[in-house]
Amino acid sequence: MTDLLDIFLSASFWVALVRIASPLIFATMGELICERAGVLNLGIEGIMVFGAFAGWLTVYLGGGLWLGVGVAMLAGMAFGLLHGVLTVPFGLSQHVVGLGITLLATAAAYFAYRLALPEVTSPPKITPFAPWPIPGLAAIPLIGEGFFAQTPLTYAGFVVAGLTALVLFRTPLGLALRAAGENPAAVEAQGLSVTALRIGAVAVGSGLMAVGGAFLTLSAFSSFFFEMVNGRGWICIALVVFGGWKPGKAVLGALLFAAFDAGQIRLQQTALGATLPYQVFLMAPYLLSILALVVMSRRASVPAALMVPFNKGER
Amino acid sequence: MKPTTATLTLSRRHLLAASGAMLATAVLPGRLRAAAPVKVAGVYTVPVEQQWVSRIHKAAMAAKEAGLIDYSWSENTANTDYPRVMREYAEGGAKLIVGEIFGVEQEAREVCADYPDTAFLLGSSFPPSDEAPNLGVFDNYIQDASYLSGIIAGAMTKTGKIGMVGGFPIPEVNRLMNAFMAGVKETRPDASFMVSFIGSWFDPPKAKETAFAMIEGGADLLYAERFGVSDAAKEKGALAIGNVIDTQADYPDTVVASALWNFQPTFDAALKAVTAGSFAAADYGVYSTMLHGGCSLAPLGTFEGKVPAAALTLVAEKEAAIKAGSFTVTVDDSEPKAS
Repeated sequence: MTDLLDIFLSASFWVALVRIASPLIFATMGELICERAGVLNLGIEGIMVFGAFAGWLTVYLGGGLWLGVGVAMLAGMAFGLLHGVLTVPFGLSQHVVGLGITLLATAAAYFAYRLALPEVTSPPKITPFAPWPIPGLAAIPLIGEGFFAQTPLTYAGFVVAGLTALVLFRTPLGLALRAAGENPAAVEAQGLSVTALRIGAVAVGSGLMAVGGAFLTLSAFSSFFFEMVNGRGWICIALVVFGGWKPGKAVLGALLFAAFDAGQIRLQQTALGATLPYQVFLMAPYLLSILALVVMSRRASVPAALMVPFNKGER
Repeated sequence: MKPTTATLTLSRRHLLAASGAMLATAVLPGRLRAAAPVKVAGVYTVPVEQQWVSRIHKAAMAAKEAGLIDYSWSENTANTDYPRVMREYAEGGAKLIVGEIFGVEQEAREVCADYPDTAFLLGSSFPPSDEAPNLGVFDNYIQDASYLSGIIAGAMTKTGKIGMVGGFPIPEVNRLMNAFMAGVKETRPDASFMVSFIGSWFDPPKAKETAFAMIEGGADLLYAERFGVSDAAKEKGALAIGNVIDTQADYPDTVVASALWNFQPTFDAALKAVTAGSFAAADYGVYSTMLHGGCSLAPLGTFEGKVPAAALTLVAEKEAAIKAGSFTVTVDDSEPKAS
């Protein structure tokens, strides 16, 4: 028990927590925007892989770090457009298209990687984003370093989450977008295009997913590995449900999951780690997240038209 | 009728050429016949620059450049696809197929049995069997080098706390970790170890997070079994010991020494057996030992002169003993525990 307390009271735990949560925050916001408009985007895992690759390659070829983020965003949007076109006007199964996009994007990332680097002996490195402490705030005890001494890309993640909440709930565009996911016929009756709204949402959302992937290669690490996204995309889908399709709660969910993860890594180093099998620790964040999901999602309201294709004029 | 004549002439010419070739094959001595490159195929589950597979690929590429083999390869083959790709190469006439079947043992062994004329040299956690007499197995039995790197690590740690981050506790990972720990005990009997497995082979951000946690816990030297560990050590000013490949060029002030795997002896032994027609089910793991030149300690490089002389003397002594066969590093495949 004291071990656990020691962990929570160490500043480095909070630093790790926010660092682990950052890519999840980007991608969770991306998925949330898609689902709020009525489209489930299972392409998330693959889009994150492609974003990780595209961002990294841009920097490796001499572009700036922010250019890398931009390129990742655009690449993600391209996959999002493909997803949107197939699922919105054509009304194809969102599950099949999403998984197809994941397969396509991961394979494309790998293919492009091999074309760009046919003969390398070890994965090449770039210089990633460096931490950028905010004067004053970073000196707050315990959590200051965690929240205010991170890389600029982490701050961008929180800004994106704030903007997502602002746009979704405080602007006419957000209202139209949410309505497209609840009652598309009503949107159409207002003279707005459900097709355009949904495709737009999927494209922007996919762009954010790709930035989440790029966080791994441009901030958390410095080289690209084919399998490095390692299921983070699927976690984000669960986080959207956890957050009840609300940006603020989804960010909390990401932080909570990251806390479990940062905690289990540290708990493994205590006396407990020598006695319990390591799998128990690795499992803990997922197990605790499922428990939290059960508690949190009881009153969640699913967008009514999620996964329901909209055909104009159809009754 | 002209086209028919042409076809006829052509096939007659082909027949002549073919019989000529057959005659030559029969007449020429065996040694000359062997000079034709052996058709070799590699099937890997990860990209060829990933540390473990890179050693196999490197050995095969060297043989290709020497004109000994005709080498083609598939990388990043999913385990579910693995048996199919093996079959494709076997059907395509490959004489030797190299790869790793840790995740697809049973199915892959069935494929071997289906192609008795093809030799298979595959990384595996299990011994060779009678059901597949054409399957030679190997693994990176580089515990000798890991042990020596441990001796250096024990001399370099100041806090006496050593962190070890692994992927999964499978035999080859455990074996090297245990040998490393035994080496550390030689120079630092009171050393304590933190051991973590991240449940993934390629999640460098996670390996890095785990390494950070160990450094916070007091570790000043890390055993870098995975990519990402040396990065954490570099950022926090700790030291690292490399595994399988030499990464000192990327971390000049961090990686002290590395246990290197050299696949060349394993590959050469298999190729020789294939050429001689004597390839049989055998454990090629022995060719990874120091006795066969299958592993070595990387040169100290940037750490030249920074490692205590007493440790280096001990390393030299033990290395000589291993090579003379008077000392054997214990092979311990059990999961290492924090202590």
